Amino acid sequence: MISPQQVEAMIKAELPDAQVQVQDLTGGGDHYQVTVVSSQFAGKGLVKQHQLVYGALQQAMSTEAIHALALKTYTPDNFKQTV
Amino acid sequence: MTPELKERIDNLVQQNKIMVFMKGTKLMPQCGFSNNVVQILNTLGVPFETIDVLDDSEIRNGIKEYSSWPTIPQVYINGEFVGGSDILIELYQKGELQQMVEVALAS
Repeated sequence: MISPQQVEAMIKAELPDAQVQVQDLTGGGDHYQVTVVSSQFAGKGLVKQHQLVYGALQQAMSTEAIHALALKTYTPDNFKQTV
Repeated sequence: MTPELKERIDNLVQQNKIMVFMKGTKLMPQCGFSNNVVQILNTLGVPFETIDVLDDSEIRNGIKEYSSWPTIPQVYINGEFVGGSDILIELYQKGELQQMVEVALAS
């Protein structure tokens, strides 16, 4: 179990420019939906983009503090198109 | 990862054009994310193989190292790691998954 603030802080430690939205899907602190917008995703495929976020959360993922993580990643340009 | 395990995974992803490592089976997925992947591939109406990692702890741990990807399910098309549930949904919504699958099955 981990707080949404911790999730956001871990991602920002790895991707300082990131805008992060964290949603706790069950209220249990272990099923999260996270949206990350970062310029560091530019030019990278989705697998690489998600790997960057998984890398930032590696400790929480491998200890299963986070059981489930639904992930959406965008570059700032891509994100503008979704709004 | 032992060379034997790597070879086993190599064979699985190379011998099956669409290979899914998942929790549960096609008929009874044991996790919502695995279910997403099965439903998408069923919707496309394409043949795919699955392996239940809950039945095989060696594969369950090995596949995460194999792809440097920490979660299950994992989908491989033509031997290449394509992504997990979120990426499959996105590729499907963009229409890119259909293309990838058609190319793979035609090759």
